[in-house]
Parts: sequence; structure tokens; C-alpha cells
Amino acid sequence: MEWWVVTLLNGISFGLLLFLLSAGLTLTLSLMGILNFAHASFYMLGAYAAFALTEQIGFFPALLLSPVLVGLFGAWIESSLLRRAKHKGHVSELMLTFGVAMLVFEGVTLVWGHGPVDYRIPPVFEGAFVSVYGHSFSNYRAFMMAIALLMAGGIWLGLNRTRFGLVIQAARTHPEMVSCLGHDVPRIFKWVFAGGAGLAGLAGVIGGNAFVTEPNMAMGMGNLLFVVIIVGGLGSLAGAFWCALLLGTLQTMAVTLTVSIADVLKNLTTLGGLSAPNFDGIPHWMAQPLSNFAPLLPYVLLVVVLTWRPQGLWGRGQAA
Amino acid sequence: MTPTIKLRWWCMAMAVLPLVFTSSYSTSLMTQMLVGILICLSYQVLLSQGGMLSFGHAIFTGAGSYAVIHGLNTHLFEIGATGWLWVIALPLLGGLTAAAVAAMLGWIATARSGTPFAMITLGLGELVWAAAWMFPDWSGGEAGLSADRTVTDPPFGMSFAQAWHLYALSAVYVLACAWAVVRFTQTPMGLMLRATRDRAVRVAFLGYNPHLIRYIAFIVSAFIAGIAGGLTALNFEFVSVDSFSLQRSGSAMLFTVVGGGALIGGSIIGGVLMVTASVVLSTFTPAWSAYVGLLFIWVVMRWPNGLSGMTPRDVLARANGWGLATAIGTIFLIEMTYHWVTAVAAGMPATLDILMVSVNVSQASHWSLAIAFTAVAYWLASRGRTPSREGRS
Repeated sequence: MEWWVVTLLNGISFGLLLFLLSAGLTLTLSLMGILNFAHASFYMLGAYAAFALTEQIGFFPALLLSPVLVGLFGAWIESSLLRRAKHKGHVSELMLTFGVAMLVFEGVTLVWGHGPVDYRIPPVFEGAFVSVYGHSFSNYRAFMMAIALLMAGGIWLGLNRTRFGLVIQAARTHPEMVSCLGHDVPRIFKWVFAGGAGLAGLAGVIGGNAFVTEPNMAMGMGNLLFVVIIVGGLGSLAGAFWCALLLGTLQTMAVTLTVSIADVLKNLTTLGGLSAPNFDGIPHWMAQPLSNFAPLLPYVLLVVVLTWRPQGLWGRGQAA
Repeated sequence: MTPTIKLRWWCMAMAVLPLVFTSSYSTSLMTQMLVGILICLSYQVLLSQGGMLSFGHAIFTGAGSYAVIHGLNTHLFEIGATGWLWVIALPLLGGLTAAAVAAMLGWIATARSGTPFAMITLGLGELVWAAAWMFPDWSGGEAGLSADRTVTDPPFGMSFAQAWHLYALSAVYVLACAWAVVRFTQTPMGLMLRATRDRAVRVAFLGYNPHLIRYIAFIVSAFIAGIAGGLTALNFEFVSVDSFSLQRSGSAMLFTVVGGGALIGGSIIGGVLMVTASVVLSTFTPAWSAYVGLLFIWVVMRWPNGLSGMTPRDVLARANGWGLATAIGTIFLIEMTYHWVTAVAAGMPATLDILMVSVNVSQASHWSLAIAFTAVAYWLASRGRTPSREGRS
């Protein structure tokens, strides 16, 4: 029971982090039609910027400053590359973001090396927030959760309760009309892109030290994000939210499972009153603990959902 | 010039080159280039013919490689003419395996083209990559699997022990595939594929099924990619899970785009560059993938038809001395930064030679000169261009 509570909490905190990242990705996708391959690179840049700034000015100023820097970098990418490629079509924009992701990876390995850097959780957050029978939910995870919830609420309020948010919503479906009404649509695009990059940077600041800060973190996270927004339904913010929570929880649970398929089969056969069969000749993969299969889980989910519901769980129709 | 005449020239080049560069290293390098050409050719079927940007191409090259290594390790036929034919047929087996994998995975990937296709193939590529790690008995894990391609007592003495034997086999396969792909694009199916790329909705209204057309193209592309993967495995006699990695898929995409949309010419440029960058350029500079990334961005931004789409007239019209100066300045800055971060930190001397110029990275004057030169060149280069307000809607 206590295992369930703590794993669920850990899963939700990871899921909320995933939502911080996928919110910007799915907004830029539905607003500009750009699938941003470099989105997870912003996450990585956030983590590295926070690592570098924490040494100079401490963690909390870095928490504020890094997302701003990453957001400005995103704005520069949008205005110097993506906007100029707009007339070439979405596939060209996708390729450009792939090139940007490649260069960010190169730059990060150039400056900080190939290995992980020592970006630690600040000492303020040491200790457990809740501890149930030896399973603990750390202070820092709780802090992550609070920040992510705050930001998720902020995104929701910003999009639904402010004038700028309503203009964004309108520009998603009717950019020409919004432009005719006197709004500078390219500028809206630029700031939404920068905002998404900044949110990804913030996720990097709070996620980089909870997990590992290394040059491959962008690739691993980026693939998860794509699964989140496809399974949630392309362009659907609510879908991204629920799917991020689902995937975060599933992933966290899967890595803590130590039983193997062979164990499960053994238990099932004994439950059924049958004599336990001989398990000496079972293939290697059946004897592995289920946690080894955790990396497969998101992609299996992806294939299952796409087969059963091609538009994603929250997606509407074929339009995207 | 018709494609057939061009093909004759390429045949001659492929026959003459190994007579000029006879060392086994350069022969192996040229074999890799042939395989690179084949990979780009298979990607062309998807991208330039079908308008599908795939990030899962390594599934099919990897499947071909594994099929060949497992085929060699069956030890069924190693002696005489049967063994010889078996080795010759193995890349074909790789292609068929890849086509079978594509037939299984392709239907959900090809439901839509464009961005969803790119994301789904990325997910599928990661699925296969992660799955290969799960089954080390079969995939060999990171340590990989190796095999021996040598045939004892073969006909004509072609035992595949020497590098040029494999070069000849690859050349035959590349020619056959190039011919097949060109023929494929001329068939009604090939025409419908291009129609689907441009106007999928109209194709659907004409009574064709765009999804099915994309699916068939996906399988054809995978078949060619599987042959390429099989030849890679025969060349190195080794395969590991690395062959399913996103880096492989990305490099297939990247070099095909850099090569450009011309079916044969683009593939040749892309394939040759692929090997030149990862094998030759990497011996000169550790920053080679930064250059590849910059080249890629430059091509996507400035040359939508790729390097093969550059006509001499275009190049002359757009030739810009300051653009070249910017490129040189950028090379200096990248090399100086790399040297500063890696060599100097390890206690090596601060001087290095870049493009026959000696630079000392511990002197501020050299840095400011390089930065100022690049900045001024970039400013002058972008000033000559038409102001880029085209993106503003």
C-alpha cells in the first residue's frame, strides 16, 4: 500500500514535469504547425544553464534566470531560422529543428564534456517530505511538483483568462482573421515559441538535478515527449496533460517492478492449482525483471494507441 | 542526358575507381560509400518521391544487417558454389527481412504523411532500438555479433576474403537497385506516389487509396534499405544494437536532404558525403558533426533542392565572397574553441594550425581578430541578401 502511495506521488511529479515540457511542444505544434525537435534540447540547456549559474549566483536566482535565458535563445531560433523557413513548409522547419538539436548537443558536449555534470539538489531540500514505512517521497520531489502545478495552473489561466491567451487561442484556428484584427501574428508565434522554450528550460532546471544532467538527456526526454503528444492527441493541451500524468506514473511504476514474467507465470500456474512447470529452459528475456522492459513501455503504448485510435486519446478527427 | 546514359558513366566510374585506389582501406571506404548511396537512394523513395520524412530508417538498415549476420552464422553453406551463392544472396535476404518488418510496422506509420509520419516513425525506431536491447541473446547487445563471410573453395576464387570482392558485390547490388528505383518511379505506382506527395486529397477523390500507396512505398524503401544494411554487415562482418540507433536514422535523413531531390545524383552526393564526413573528416577534426549540422542547416535554409540541385548558374548568381569568409571565420572559431576546451585543458600547447594559419588560443588578440572577422563577414554577407521579410505573413 505505502509502496503504491509513494510510487504514485513520484510518478505524478515526473508526469507534471513531462507536462511542463509537452505543453510548449504541443502549443507550438498546434499554433505554428512546427514539430520542434529541439524542444528537449531547451530542457537540456535549462539544466546546464542552471548548473553553471548555480555555481555563480546560487540555486534560486538560477531558477529564475535560466528559463529566461533559454526562452530568449528560443526566440532567437524562431526569428533567425524558423520564420525564414516558413514558406518552405513544415517538413523543412522540422528538419531545421533537428539541425538545431544536433548543434545544441555538439555545443553542450564541447563545453561540458560527454559525461554527466555534478548538478546537485540544493542542500535546502535534503530530507524526506513524507515517509511511509521506509518508502520516502523527497522534499525536492514535492518542490518539483509544486512548481509544475503552479506552472500548469499558470498556463491554463494565461490561455483562458487573459486577453493575450485568447488571442493565442484564436490564432491557433484563424491566424488570418486575427492578423486582420490588427494583432501581429508572427510576434505572437515568436513569444509562444519562446514561452514554450522557457518552460522547457524551467523543467530542465528542476529536472536536471532530480535526474541526470548529461548530453544524452535531450534525446531520451524528447522521445518521451513525442509519445506524450501523439498519444494525447496532436495539439490537444488537455490530452498532453493527462497523457503526461499517465506516462509518468506508468514509467515510474515500471522501473520499480522487480518481478519477472517467469515469476508471474509461476504464480498463475500455482494459483490455478496446477503443478509448477519446470522453468529451467525458459528464454533469457522471460527471467528478467519487468523493470528492464520499462524503456519499451512508452513505445508500446504509442503503437497500441495508434492502432486503436489514430488521432490520439484526446485528439479530434483527422485534422492536425 | 537520359538516366541510362548517366548510368553508363557511373558504371565506368565504379569500375575504374578501385583500379586507381587499390589499397584495401580505400576499397573498404568506397564500399561504404556505395552502401551510403544505397541508403540515400532508399530514403529518396520516401522523401523526394513520397514526401515522407522518416526518423526510423535505421529499423530497416538494422534489420538487414541482423538478417545477414544471422544468415552467415547459420553455417549452413560455407563451401563451394552453394556457399558462394548463399553469401551473394544474403543482402537480398536482408532486404526481404526489412520489407517484412516494414509490412508489419508500416500501416500505422503511413496513415498520415508530414509531421505525424515523422513522429510515429521516430517512436517506432525507438521501439525497435529498445526492444533490441531487451533480447541480448539475439542482438548481441552493445558487444554485438560477428560473423565470417569467407567461403572456402569458391568459384572464380571470389572467396569474399578480400575487400575488392565485396566492393564488386556492392557495386552490382547498387546498380541493380538504382535501376530498379528509377524504373519504379516511372511505373504508374511511382506516378501515383508523387501525386500522393503533392495532393493526397485529390488522389483519394480519384479513387486511389493514399494510405495504401504510401504503405507500398514504405515497404519498397525498406527493402532497398535492408539490402544496404545487409551489405554493411557483410563489409564489417559485425553488427550491434547501435545499428538501430536514432543517430543512424538521423544521418540517413540528413545526408539525403543534403544530397537533394535528384534521385540518382542526390543519392550519390549524399552517400559519398556520409562516409566522407564520418570517416575522413573525423580524422581531421573532432568537431566534424558540428560542421555536418551547420552544412545541413545551410542547405535547408538556402538550397531547398540540396547540393545536387545546385546549377552552375545558381551558384554564380548567389556566389558571395563574404559568405565564404563567414564560413572560414566560423571554422576558425569552432576549431579554436575545441582546442581551448579539450587540448589546452589537458595541458597541451595552445598553438594549432587551422587551414595553414597558425593560431595561439591563449592570446586574446587572436580571439578578437577571429570574432571580429567572422562578425564583419556575416554582417556584410547578410546585408547583400534581400531583406528577409518573406516569412512575415
